[in-house]
Amino acid sequence: MRRGLPRWLVALVAAVYVFLHLPILVLVVFSFNASKFSVEWTGFSLEWYRRLLERDDILHGLRASLIVGVAATLISTLLGTFIALGLARHKFRGRRVLEALLYVPIVTPEIVTGISLLILYVLLGFPLGIATITIAHIAFCISFVVVVVLARIEGMDESLEEASLILGADEITTFWKVTVPQLWPGILSGALLAFTMSFDDFVITSFVAGPGSSTLPLVVYSMVRRNIEPSINAISTLILVMTTLLIYVADRFGRERAR
Amino acid sequence: MPLLRERVLGWLHRRPEAQAWSLLGPGIGFLVVFFLIPLLIMFAYSVMPRGEYGGVERGFTLEAYQRFFVPIYLTILIRTFVVAIICTVICLALGYPVAYAVARSGRWKNLLLFLVVLPFWTSFLVRTFAMIFLMRDTGLINTWLLKLGFIREPLTILYTPFSVMAGLVYGFLPFMILPIYASLEKLDNSLLEAAEVLGARPAARFRQVTLPLSLPGVVAGCLLVFIPALGSFLTSDLLGGAKQLMIGNLVQNQFASARNWPFGSAASFILMALVLAAVLVYLRIRDDAPEGAR
Repeated sequence: MRRGLPRWLVALVAAVYVFLHLPILVLVVFSFNASKFSVEWTGFSLEWYRRLLERDDILHGLRASLIVGVAATLISTLLGTFIALGLARHKFRGRRVLEALLYVPIVTPEIVTGISLLILYVLLGFPLGIATITIAHIAFCISFVVVVVLARIEGMDESLEEASLILGADEITTFWKVTVPQLWPGILSGALLAFTMSFDDFVITSFVAGPGSSTLPLVVYSMVRRNIEPSINAISTLILVMTTLLIYVADRFGRERAR
Repeated sequence: MPLLRERVLGWLHRRPEAQAWSLLGPGIGFLVVFFLIPLLIMFAYSVMPRGEYGGVERGFTLEAYQRFFVPIYLTILIRTFVVAIICTVICLALGYPVAYAVARSGRWKNLLLFLVVLPFWTSFLVRTFAMIFLMRDTGLINTWLLKLGFIREPLTILYTPFSVMAGLVYGFLPFMILPIYASLEKLDNSLLEAAEVLGARPAARFRQVTLPLSLPGVVAGCLLVFIPALGSFLTSDLLGGAKQLMIGNLVQNQFASARNWPFGSAASFILMALVLAAVLVYLRIRDDAPEGAR
């Protein structure tokens, strides 16, 4: 019994979609504009992209972001997946409480996470740098990985594992040959979420980064702060393209494995 | 290797709970050391006297919390709360119709849903910059309005309460749409058919069937917008200028320039308390909801 939606509703919804997407679209279009004073269209140009390559700070930032992103993703995915397995497969006292507590890092404002870690590092005398950023990113990514992987485990068929054990495989073989392959799409989405969050994070990173360890978002922020120039549009566009490709590839990969 | 394998298996068989703790231990341990303990240290700092060049000194004092009763800080506290509530209301007003339309859009559903999810994956910093690019004095909005002759001088849009609100709504709207969509999607169509057969008009069907059954999504969406809006820092920092400070900016100032760590810690704790209070309210409402609506 589907019928058309009222006109005003369609108009409102269309306006919201424009609001959600027009700013980014404009940003991307003007990254190809020849004019430095940006909002007059004076012709197509790749000048702003070429200038990015000349900037050491951006290349360094990209390198720092990739190192931190890959390390934080690997470790938080591993730790998070283990926690999810431990929670889903074992009954013990305080399990509910533990599960609830794992949501605390998700709701904690980033600024609070960042400041409290900074205090810890200063207290312990840790020199701020790539390592302190990576630890911070692992700390805020673990809970997200747990939630994603846990959702996957709950949709899984436990009888396959039981069958494997009954048919004589031991726990270790069952884990690698039965549990992990079923869990793979969940682990992959958890890892993707962790990487995107790590790669994008500005607030927490800005507190725990030291001199010379600026990640890409920190470099972009200082560019925005200094003066607005079309190079920022260009680097933003590249970041957008990268995240989109990543999601696309992960989505493909996830579907193939799930089959 | 085979020997090690035997020993691990034997150990797991003898002590099944050891398996749980070997899975949970590393991750939970990491979170205790790098999440829980830092929060506890921060709390301790908030009740200690301030050090001269940052840091703290030994002793106990509630000075940092008392400072919140000074008008300028009280204003920031109240502003943060009011801004977060207004942002939530606007997101609800815009997000509910969108979620409703997406849920009933038939073959367009996947595309429309994808267009809501996309901003989720887009860098928040990049999206905030996109707003600056549109709203500054020489930005796209002002340039076009000038060209079309609607205005003679550029409007001041950036660094106003309006630009901060626009940035927050732009940033968090998807968090409202997705949970409402999820609850509308689950809605059993036969209930609407029954209401129609029994003579309910479209408006009544919406008010008495659709709306109550989508309330869990509405409540979840409000929480998911309210919490990040309370703790927002980047939006007011880049779009707000010095007059639109929120708690997040206050916290940052205390550590970056004012070097009053106890006051910054106390502000963080008040923020954290507001967030946890919002979560508790959410849990209360969710658990009180009628059975079928969960």
